[in-house]
Amino acid sequence: MTKQKKEPLVRISKRTSGLPTWKAWGIRVAALAASLVVCALVIYAIVKMNPLKVYGAMFEGAFGTNKRIWVTIRDTMMLLCIAIGLAPAFKMRFWNIGAEGQILVGGIASAACMIYLSKTVTTLPLMLLMLALSIVAGAIWGFIPGLFKAKWNTNETLFTLMMNYIAIQMCAYFVALWENPFGSNTVGVINPQTRIGWFPKLLGQDYMLNVIIVLTLTVGMFIYLRYSKQGYEIAVVGESENTARYAAINVRKVIMRTMAISGAVCGIAGFLAVSGASHTISVSTAGGRGFTAIIVAWLAKFNTFVMILISALLIFLDKGSIEIASRYNLSNHVSNMLTGIILFFILGSEFFINYQVKFHHGSKREARA
Amino acid sequence: MKQIISLIQAGIVFGTVILFGATGETLTEKSGNLNLGVPGIMYLGGIAGLIGVFFYEMNTPVPNKLVCIAIALLCAFIVSMLGGLLFSLLTITLRANQNVTGLTLTIFAGGFANFFGGSLNKLAGGVGQISVAVTSAAFRTTIPGLSNALGSIGQILFSYGFMVYLAIAIAVALAWYINNTSVGLNLRAVGENPATADAAGIHVTKYKYLATCIGAGISGLGGLYYVMDYMKGTWDSDGGIERLGWLAVALVIFSSWKPKRGIWGSYLFGVLSWLYFYLPGLTRRSMELFKMLPYLVTVIVLIVVSLRHSRDNQPPTSLGLPYFREER
Repeated sequence: MTKQKKEPLVRISKRTSGLPTWKAWGIRVAALAASLVVCALVIYAIVKMNPLKVYGAMFEGAFGTNKRIWVTIRDTMMLLCIAIGLAPAFKMRFWNIGAEGQILVGGIASAACMIYLSKTVTTLPLMLLMLALSIVAGAIWGFIPGLFKAKWNTNETLFTLMMNYIAIQMCAYFVALWENPFGSNTVGVINPQTRIGWFPKLLGQDYMLNVIIVLTLTVGMFIYLRYSKQGYEIAVVGESENTARYAAINVRKVIMRTMAISGAVCGIAGFLAVSGASHTISVSTAGGRGFTAIIVAWLAKFNTFVMILISALLIFLDKGSIEIASRYNLSNHVSNMLTGIILFFILGSEFFINYQVKFHHGSKREARA
Repeated sequence: MKQIISLIQAGIVFGTVILFGATGETLTEKSGNLNLGVPGIMYLGGIAGLIGVFFYEMNTPVPNKLVCIAIALLCAFIVSMLGGLLFSLLTITLRANQNVTGLTLTIFAGGFANFFGGSLNKLAGGVGQISVAVTSAAFRTTIPGLSNALGSIGQILFSYGFMVYLAIAIAVALAWYINNTSVGLNLRAVGENPATADAAGIHVTKYKYLATCIGAGISGLGGLYYVMDYMKGTWDSDGGIERLGWLAVALVIFSSWKPKRGIWGSYLFGVLSWLYFYLPGLTRRSMELFKMLPYLVTVIVLIVVSLRHSRDNQPPTSLGLPYFREER
């Protein structure tokens, strides 16, 4: 290292006092705006649609009719529910990549109730039973990797990931078992005539119950994480396991309990997907939303109310880009591409919130002594 | 016997896809970067190679096979490296969280690849599915003579396209590079303890960038092999690459960051994945349960590795942790 080093062009230092909230949000909004511009350009490059009209068309796709508005709301609630489930795990720095699986087992439990109990149990007890069983199924699915992490420090990222595929194969098994009509390898809509096990209409809306359940969870999880003793324990374990141990927190117990809770809420999401939305089950019932929700939870810094905004944004984008894709008869995977672009921008913008960047304008100061 | 040979062949073809992915990811992880974007990068490699030769085959009356292969390999490698570069930029320079960035990369690249895989032919004015028959045939050309000459051994060893052997060669070369060269030693130092490596005058950022980008390039070849050989030059939008990509991430742990162990590990994964197809007496339902096998085995391996705690099988110490000089 004899070469004399030039002063680097850019110097980066951590912001000692955090940015004022309005500035931090200003940076985020700027990143979001930049990403939306890039998305419009991408769409323009593909279909030569006037970039200004792109967002009009997307708005049409997401909110064009009353039905579309409610589907957008329903899907926002679903994504939000999963993100709420992931929040406690991620706040504890437990990488629960297994939401897909936890949703699916919850969905399987709900579908099983709808299929086997539709003749013997009346509607209200059936709904409660479905809710309970999907919670239990999701909780078990989350608890297993939590148990191994707590006892033997088994890598949870891959464990939960593999649990997804185990759940997918289990789901494929049940789809083959319950297929209707025979040989179709799909379950089809369950109880289409009797609508047993379907969410009832509330206030004249099919999906009002979804909204009520998820918003209750939003408030509940916010309070749990911020004001309860257990929420505090989660935060301490997430910051430092050693600190938690000094503070006489039973780290193992916290990990297992939190993962069971995380899985349970994702199980509820499975219940929503089956009973409250599609009324059927398939291997794509979770459909990658378990992964998207991770990023929702992370970007919202585990604040469940911020998650509402991010979920809504992503679902708007999803519906909007599917609308554009279908107008031009193109693959609707384009929505994942645009989602990715936006997330990249928001992820990158965090840097400018946490760090200070100083440029040196040509002033060649002497190298460090 | 014929069944067993056919199972092994299917296993090796399947295994080669994840071997590329896992070898690249091993290189990346040796630098301390945990890139969960492997499935996304494999998507990028697959679609880039496919698009490259698609335009070449479309615009050339008689495509040259060697040119086809060269275009596919180059496109796949370069675009995958760009994926790695994006990951590096976000995690190393902009200090974003590695897991979240990796997952975002997988979402983005999955969307990108499936969109163009599904729509490219339409955008180019054609009808139906993409197909690059000439290139796919070139990729599947076996070594003349050998595959038939030696009976069943010849069938097991030589009945594949060149990329099966390329995957083995890269894995062996990587093992040698990591263990026997000074650059490899530096790389391991960066992955174990970047602060110490930095103090010793190793350019940590450069090593991390290079390892992640080249690793991504290698992983991307897995996607290319999947498209050209496994799918015979068409696009599969059922998320097949994503499944295999996650298995590749798992294989890195299975092989405990040893590229050579990854070779037989990948073939084992391949055989387990195809076993359901060759076991007699399975119904469609029980087949689905048998398809769990590779994932169950991975879980068991994860548990066993964590129980044994042997020093040889541990991940690079700083894996997944960010390194910022100012925060030492």
